[in-house]
This record gives sequence, structure tokens and C-alpha cells, in this order.
Amino acid sequence: MSSENILEVSHLKQYFPVKNGFRTVPLKAVDDISFTIKPGETLGLVGESGCGKTTVGRTLLRLYQPTSGCIVFDGDVLYDSEKKIDVKMQPYRKQMQMVFQDPYSSLNPRMTVEDIIGEPLDVHKLYTSKGERHDKIMELMETVGLNAEHATRYAHEFSGGQRQRIGIARALAVDPKFIVCDEPVSALDVSIQAQVVNMFEDLQKQRGLSYLFIAHDLLVVQHISDRIAVMYLGHMMEIADADELMDNPIHPYTQSLLSAVPIPDPKTARKSQRIILEGDVPSPLKMPSGCPFRTRCRYATEQCACEMPPFTDRGNGHMVACWNK
Amino acid sequence: MKDNFKKAPFSAQIDLSKFSMQDFEKATDEEKRQQDVMGESTTFFKDGMRRLRRNPLAMLAIGILIALIIVIIFAPLVIPYGYADIMKGSANLHPFEYSASELKQIAKGESVFPHIFGTDSLGRDYFIRVIYGARVSLVVGIFASILVLMIGMLYGSISGYLGGRVDLVMMRIVDIIYSLPDMLLIILLAVVLNETLGSIIKGTIFAKLGTNMIALFIVFGLLYWVGMARLIRGQILTIKQNEYVLAAKCIGTSTSRTILKHILPNCLSVIIITTALQIPSAIFTESYLSFVGLGVSAPMPSLGSLANEARSGMMTYPERLLFPAFAICLIVLALNLLGDGLRDAFDPKLSR
Ligand SMILES: Nc1ncnc2c1ncn2[C@@H]1O[C@H](COP(=O)(O)OP(=O)(O)OP(=O)(O)O)[C@@H](O)[C@H]1O
Ligand code: SF4
Ligand SMILES: [Mg+2]
Repeated sequence: MSSENILEVSHLKQYFPVKNGFRTVPLKAVDDISFTIKPGETLGLVGESGCGKTTVGRTLLRLYQPTSGCIVFDGDVLYDSEKKIDVKMQPYRKQMQMVFQDPYSSLNPRMTVEDIIGEPLDVHKLYTSKGERHDKIMELMETVGLNAEHATRYAHEFSGGQRQRIGIARALAVDPKFIVCDEPVSALDVSIQAQVVNMFEDLQKQRGLSYLFIAHDLLVVQHISDRIAVMYLGHMMEIADADELMDNPIHPYTQSLLSAVPIPDPKTARKSQRIILEGDVPSPLKMPSGCPFRTRCRYATEQCACEMPPFTDRGNGHMVACWNK
Repeated sequence: MKDNFKKAPFSAQIDLSKFSMQDFEKATDEEKRQQDVMGESTTFFKDGMRRLRRNPLAMLAIGILIALIIVIIFAPLVIPYGYADIMKGSANLHPFEYSASELKQIAKGESVFPHIFGTDSLGRDYFIRVIYGARVSLVVGIFASILVLMIGMLYGSISGYLGGRVDLVMMRIVDIIYSLPDMLLIILLAVVLNETLGSIIKGTIFAKLGTNMIALFIVFGLLYWVGMARLIRGQILTIKQNEYVLAAKCIGTSTSRTILKHILPNCLSVIIITTALQIPSAIFTESYLSFVGLGVSAPMPSLGSLANEARSGMMTYPERLLFPAFAICLIVLALNLLGDGLRDAFDPKLSR
């Protein structure tokens, strides 16, 4: 395994036991997903609601116990189901952090901003005196563009955008190398989205951060990502460099996603017609056989129904899982 | 750039194509700072207390309770009679009546403290007995509720936080306890304890309380916490769903710190409300048991046992039944009103 990647995830699976009638069946929220992230790089992760993006982020941070697979962070194996490696996460919590999807439920309503941002400092004992703690919190608030005078306020007194900034400051408090950004802007107003996305970019430049940037808005992801991964029903469909994926989508699902994106400039609008996806996303409990996308795919063949397509390189690291050449 | 933003019909968006760059003025630093100005900071408790203060019934209840507590604490210091003092010749007086010997003393110019509620059939001042009865009732109610709170909170938070199979087993135990007949158990325990403990505790402070009271506390500790445990478990299950608990895990916060800092503070309102409502129910149980003769042991009065003793002379001395009954009603009503007020003020689901 090369250590030039900050994160390597291979064959990661996360099945949740759910009650279906009287039986407990596995809900395959994430099924056999592999990807890598280089230092200082942003990998965008897109897919429809419920396809398992959040679960990928949480599982690789070990907030959930993975069902199987392998997670390597910065050369250290965090989890490997085959070699039975399952390390204590405490030291790694300082290096990998998460910004949560919902700025309203991700901040404790009974804590002040100061205590929310200060908690990681407390837990990892990152200060020697009360004064140092205070200074660090002020600095963090400044970094994310919050007024330091509001440190003693409670989270519910802030707007959505400000709350998301508090969440970002909390993640930055331990000075991590890698942050999972779980749809950090989708709950925000469009005008504020741009501000927050730009802040993520600035922070990346200043601190050399790596991101797994989850979103369902392809335009936002294209803007911030170096590479983009497309997920469908817990499976990885396609990974490629951001520009390559936008210009030359290979997987039928990616093609349909891209055709649904409103194009800002009509002059450069693609001549191709909108591909309208038919039918609904199947329930993750009733996964189609073979290719998970085949129930809605225009190119589906006999083979697609029988066999899961392999995740293969179509040149220049453009990985696709599809039988259609 | 401009033609990229075409105004959609009926959209509230400003049509930028009608403006040019000169139409806009840069915001000054002061104007930018105005964006940061926020309303006055309110905490959860300030907010709740403000709402509580606006509730007249709850404020009335608090007033009654404060007055009651002052009377209960200070009346025995002022009134020269003890709850067990038997005054010969002063039996069966009506309120503010004096006995023959007391009238003689008054005639001599000595001052005699009036029997505000009269005296009972043994010649004990009835006002002081009611005061002591209320004291016993309140103390029993508060301590029984604290006991219930402690056990219920510990059990409920463990069950709710751990979840899964542990939760399943712990909740089945709660179900079993829930189905036990509580009154039957108190009566059985009181009888058994009287036989076994009676001689052991003789001479200690427990003897003053009596084995019946001990049985009552044991039953509260054994049975009554289940409601509290269920409630807190349910609360914790919902709070656990919040992303801030996951965020705490992501930071590396320990389990105990997570429970103490993130989970319990968020179910504090429910804990306070339920405890406030638990006190009157405990007082009621105690009064009921004392009434049927299973409460505190004589000569210590309790509101229930006073009411019970008053039954014999009910026709000639109806006030002896009315005073303790009224005291029970007042205490229980005030506490219930306060509990309801607290719920209205602090339960975020009802407000907003
Ligand atoms: N703790 C859990 N227990 C059981 N099922 C879960 C759990 N968490 C997620 N799931 C299920 O896993 C699937 C993927 O959920 P996930 O939250 O990862 O989707 P998502 O891609 O993040 O969607 P969204 O864009 O709406 O956030 C869903 O079907 C969801 O119901
Ligand atoms: S494998 Fe078959 S069904 Fe799946 S996306 Fe490719 S062509 Fe469509
Ligand atoms: Mg999600």
C-alpha cells in the first residue's frame, strides 16, 4: 500500500440490521466501496438522497462499526476486517474530523459557543491554562468568520450559516489533517452557500487540509473538488477527475445526473438532450440483482441483471462500474 | 456575466440586469458590523423562568408553598405547645376556646397562647399537630421523590444510552415491576418489617419514624422509580438521535462525559417537571397509608393519621377532619399547579 494517500478505503461495507416484519434483515447502506484521497486533495461525493453518502463518511471515521472492509489513514491501518485490526480511535480523533449535515441538530442547545468549540480542546487537553484555551477559541472563531464577542451565546441564537461556522470551528479545533464535510452547505441559503464553500477552500489552502466533500449538488462539488465520486444505492458507480467527469461522464447514472444540472451559460449548453430517469430508487432492502442501477438504466442488458459490473479503470484513473463499453 | 442571471417570472430575486455597477455602494465597516448585532442573550433557564413568571396559577402555587414552608418551619418555634404534649383538662376544645384552668390563668393576667384549631380528645393542641403532620407529609414526599429520581435516572440513562439487548432486558424488568400491586406490597412489607425490624430499631431515630415509614420508603425505592426510569430512557433515546451526540463521539468525548454534558442537560426539563409532579403523588400515597393506619407511628402525627383519628368524633368536631384534609388538598394542589406551570414553561414542545 502506498503511503502517498492520506486515506485509503477498500471494500468498505456497512450493513445496518433493521426489522422487517418479524425478521431482522441487513440494510446495505454502503456496499463494497473503495476510494483514495491524496493529501491536500478534495474528493467530492455525490449521489441521490439516501444512497449512503453520510454513512460512508461516518463509517470511515469509525462513528459506526464497519461490517467489513479496510480503512487506512496516513499509513496507519484503522480497521481491517480480514486481518482483524481494529485500533482505538482516540489518537486519530485529533487528525480526522467531521462537519455535519444539519447545523441545527449538530450543536448542543445547552452549551455556549465557547464550550462547543472548546470541547475538543478539553477532551484532548490541548491547552495548559484557562487563558490559552480562551485565546485558542477566539482565534478559531476569527478563522471561521464569527464575531468573537458572541462566544458566550447559545447555539440557537445563531443563523444557519453561523451555526455551520461553529461546527467548522469545532472540527478545526484539534487541527486535523482530514475533514469529512457532510453536505455542509445544503441546509443553507443559496447566498450563504458560496461564502461557506469559499471558506472551505481558503482553509484548505492555509492548512493543507484534505476533504471528503459530500453533496448532492453537482455544481458545488465541481467547484470545490479535485476528483468526484458518484454513488448509487450504496455502490460506487464512477470516480474521475472533476473536469473529466463533467465533460466525459461514462456511467449512465452520472450522465443522467449531469443532464439534470441546470447549465448557467446557455451558449455552452450541451447539445445532448435531458435524460429523464424513470422510476424510483429501489429500496436498499430490495436491492436489484447484478447492477444496482439496472432498473432505471437505458442500456441495461441481460448481463447487467446477472452480474455485478466490476469497477475498472477506463484510462487516466477514470474508474467506472458498468458493463456498457 | 450579467446575462447568466435571467430573472425568472414571479421570482423575488432582484433583476440585476436593470442595474449597473455604479448603482451600488460599498458597505462601510460600521454597516457591516451592524449585521453582527444580535438580540439580548437568553439562556434556556432565563427563558423558562420568564414564562413561569407570566403564569399566574404557578406563581400563586409558589406563593402558597413558600407561605406553607415558612409556617411549617417557624410555627413550632412560636407556639409553646409540643405535638405530643397532653394538657390535662384541655381535651376536646373547639378553635380558640380555652379550658377552665386556662381561663383562670388569663384572669390572673397571665397570657395563654390560643388553641387556634382547638385540641384533640387527649388534650393536645391541634394546630401544632397539623403543622407537624404537614411537615411529615412534605418531608416524606420530597425524600421519596428524590429516591425515585435517583434510582430512575440511573437506571433509565444506562438503559437508554446502552440500548440494544441491555435495554431490552432492563425494560422487561421494569415491565414486571410495573405489574406488581404496590399497595399490597406496602401492607405486606409493613407487617413483616414490624415483626422483624421493630425490636432492632428501638431507641434509634428510625423508631420515631416507625417501621411503616421504612416500608413506605422501601416500596418507593423498589417500585415507584419505574415510571421515572421509563420516561428518562425515552428521553435519552430521542436525544441520542441528535447529531451533537455523534459529534461528541467524533471529537473523542468519553461516554460518561457525553452523558453528563450532552444527554442529561437536555432532559433536565423533563426530570425537573416529573420530580415536581412526583412529590404530590408521594404525599398522597403517604396520607392514604396513614389514613388506613399504615403510616407514621403515634404520637408522631401525619395529615393522613390526623384525618383518621378525627373520624370518631366527626359529628361533634367536624373541624378536626377538615383541617388536615384541607392541608392535604392545599399542598397537593399547589404542587400540582407548580408542576404544570414548570411543564408549560420548560417543555419546548409545548412552547414554540
Ligand atoms: N443508523 C442507521 N440504522 C439503520 N439504517 C440507517 C442508519 N443510518 C442510515 N441508514 C439507512 O442507510 C441508507 C443511507 O443513508 P445515508 O444517511 O447514508 O444517506 P445519504 O446519502 O447521506 O442521504 P442524504 O442525502 O439524505 O443525507 C438510508 O436508506 C438510511 O435509511
Ligand atoms: S451495468 Fe448495465 S444496468 Fe448497470 S449502468 Fe451499466 S449498462 Fe446500466
Ligand atoms: Mg446524508
